[in-house]
Amino acid sequence: MVRSLLIRGMLAGLVAGMLAFVVARLIGETPVELAIGFEEQHAHEHEEGAELVSRATQSGLGLAVATAVFGVAIGGLFALAFAVAHGRIGSLAPRATAAVLGVVGFVSVYLIPFLKYPANPPAVGNPNTIGERTGMYFLMIAISVLFAIAAMVLRKRAAVRLGEWNATVLAGAAFLVLIAVVMWLLPAADVSTGEFPAAVLWEFRIASIGIQAALWVVLAAGFGPLAERVLGKPRVVRS
Amino acid sequence: MATQAPAIVAPHPVTIPFREILPWVVFAGIILSMFVYFVGAEQGATSMISGTWVHEFVHDGRHLLGFPCH
Repeated sequence: MVRSLLIRGMLAGLVAGMLAFVVARLIGETPVELAIGFEEQHAHEHEEGAELVSRATQSGLGLAVATAVFGVAIGGLFALAFAVAHGRIGSLAPRATAAVLGVVGFVSVYLIPFLKYPANPPAVGNPNTIGERTGMYFLMIAISVLFAIAAMVLRKRAAVRLGEWNATVLAGAAFLVLIAVVMWLLPAADVSTGEFPAAVLWEFRIASIGIQAALWVVLAAGFGPLAERVLGKPRVVRS
Repeated sequence: MATQAPAIVAPHPVTIPFREILPWVVFAGIILSMFVYFVGAEQGATSMISGTWVHEFVHDGRHLLGFPCH
């Protein structure tokens, strides 16, 4: 059961990753190229080492492999989360469970960490703080996912007394307040934008959100029907 | 409304028991997290393979998927 869910999750993730690649080509590569142009203009006379991987490969095969591998990984993890969530987060059909997890996953794995530590194009960064920033980014993901799980558990427990609607509002509010506290406590992103054009930075970040949104939507929408084949359509209980 | 032959439909398991999920979470979870690590952080903040080839190869994807790159 879990095995077939896992395989289907990775398949849906692969398709989602490939679609994310298409979106990245359409809206992401323009700001990346502009950023690299800016970087080269402002580069001091570093010793230019031979290019290890050409720009064509980075923006083509490299990008495709990165989004596909990421898609497969997220798809597999999504399937494992689904295996736990199905029948536990409420009496939802497989497709509805996948849809809920898609929204919760996109928000907690990507959007919340992004709000604290937004994606940066080449030329915006600080090589001295890459270790710290990567650590903080992954920490933010871990906390956000953990709080999302806690919120869903809370929602389910509270629903018995408060009813579905009030329990959902309570859990959502608790999640947002705790996330706000964590964001306030963690250090700010230590990057220097310098003279980097704000419009390109904005375009790049919007593109990043678009790519991730496309990936999660395709994953959740694609996985739902596949999971339904494993678990069967929801029973119609009538007596 | 009209469901045909409900009698032969085996009962669907609504929840999958944790003990059935756990081994998959441990093994697949670790491997899949490594995938994310290779796309998101290898040869950036930390490095398991020497050089910068992995970093350069996934460069655009790492930036666009939202990971700190450099």
